[in-house]
Amino acid sequence: MIQARIRKSFRPGPESAGFTLEVEFQASSGITVLFGPSGSGKTLTLDVIAGFVKPDEGRILLDDEILFDAPSGVDLPPQARRCGYVFENCALFPHMTLRQNLAFAAERSPRLERHRKVNEMLERFHLIEYAGRRPHEVSGGQKQRCSIARALIGSPRLLLLDEPARGLDAALRAELYGLLRQVSSEFQIPILLVTHALEECFELGDEMLVLREGRLVQSGSPRGIADHPANVEVARLLGIFNLFPVEILELDPQRNYSRVRLWDHDLSGPYFPGKLRGDRVWLCVRPDQLGVSARGARPAPNQVPAQLIRSIEMPQAVRLEFAGGLAVELSHAEFDQQKHNKGWVVSFPPQALRVL
Amino acid sequence: MPMDWFPLWLSLRVAAIATMLSLLLGLWLAYLLANRSFRGKGVLNGAVTLPLVLPPTVLGYYLLVLLGRESPLGRFYEWVFGSPLMFTWQAAVVAAMFHALPLLVISARAALESVDRVYERAARNLGASNWRVFWRVSLPLARRSILAAAVLAFARSLADFGITIMIAGNIPGRTQTLAVAVYDAAQAGNGALARALALVISVLAVAILWVANRLVSKQATG
Repeated sequence: MIQARIRKSFRPGPESAGFTLEVEFQASSGITVLFGPSGSGKTLTLDVIAGFVKPDEGRILLDDEILFDAPSGVDLPPQARRCGYVFENCALFPHMTLRQNLAFAAERSPRLERHRKVNEMLERFHLIEYAGRRPHEVSGGQKQRCSIARALIGSPRLLLLDEPARGLDAALRAELYGLLRQVSSEFQIPILLVTHALEECFELGDEMLVLREGRLVQSGSPRGIADHPANVEVARLLGIFNLFPVEILELDPQRNYSRVRLWDHDLSGPYFPGKLRGDRVWLCVRPDQLGVSARGARPAPNQVPAQLIRSIEMPQAVRLEFAGGLAVELSHAEFDQQKHNKGWVVSFPPQALRVL
Repeated sequence: MPMDWFPLWLSLRVAAIATMLSLLLGLWLAYLLANRSFRGKGVLNGAVTLPLVLPPTVLGYYLLVLLGRESPLGRFYEWVFGSPLMFTWQAAVVAAMFHALPLLVISARAALESVDRVYERAARNLGASNWRVFWRVSLPLARRSILAAAVLAFARSLADFGITIMIAGNIPGRTQTLAVAVYDAAQAGNGALARALALVISVLAVAILWVANRLVSKQATG
């Protein structure tokens, strides 16, 4: 279990704006994904936990040990923290073979045990054939496996991974996800994984922390966050929603009814608790929840005429992009039926409407 | 007339010892300058570079004052080793070190600083002490540049004239190094000897440069 409360400020420099990281979270065993755009403080959070960067304020607790505590001045050096760190680009020592890289990390164990541990790790991570090679003589996937094995060989109490899938192709990414799930279930330690790929949150995340500009904007399960983004910031960061400013025209809790105005069209939806009539809010709908049909003489309720800009055929679905930034995703079969439409209307099922 | 090879052997011995000592001292100073922040870092940095810009005879004069028989340091040396330092071949080593050390500190510091910090972080993260990080990670990763610098420092040690003549003097068979011997031969009108000695130094220098370049270019290609 890791508990962290961190505050770290950087003054603005001649070439850089100031930055403040201020986060508080805890994570138990399982994979916790730190998700956010570049410059949101994800890697800095890992560096602070590993002891490379000293925070201004706060406290970091790992299991029952205090790694850092500002008021009492406790600040363990990185060597004493036992936090495995898988760096971006692996950071394997280029002048050592894979075996030597692992042995370096196991050097605190007695000689015989060290040898056994290194061999065990080489086997477990399918590296035994490449043990005598240097990092530049093996593939990206092998490097990645070796760097994870190296981080784990000293029995860390916490594993930190900085964008481990970066630079790997789709097949290697899938392999890495499998490996990390396996590591997570076998080692039973908290794993903090930094990424800016949403795919990884769903693939790996038991929990998810969303960071933006040094602040934690939402935490929870990836599924829960995708279904209920806390605010328009989070919805934007996830990048999977249609977001439009709308005005609430009507709200009726008795009938569970609402009416909002999108562009020049009225849409009816469910009652939105906590909002008032006349509020200007963000309408948030996922592309796969919308429907399309051919443009008729008169649009039916909850339909909005739209001008198709392009269609993108993806492996599982077809994505239609309309003017005004509206996106709809539908199945290939559905698209095949409709692709000769002269004009289009997009229908908004009332129950799919959500406002932020 | 048979050629007297003594100046060559003396020069090689002086340069080798000066390079060794400078390497030890230089690595330590380079480590401090590259990794630590402390009071007086700027002063140390300046002091290390100063010998590169001062005229060798001026340096030699300072050393004469600092290490001479009348000075505390000179008396201390005499007390430890039983004889004065000035005008011995050991003084020539000190003279050579004033050329080798700045070169080594500057190159070794640059080499250590050019090692990607992520490797040092990784090593510390894996539990390695600062000492082990230096010997097992930083130094091996910087070794080619440092070795190349040591080779150049050796060459520079061979070439000193000014400081050597001030503090080791020009005693044939005792403190007369190659560079000094060339001067001596030319002064005495012995053209044949001067030519021969100049040729020996030049061949040595070219060979050393070749080695240093190979070290550096090998590093560049991995």
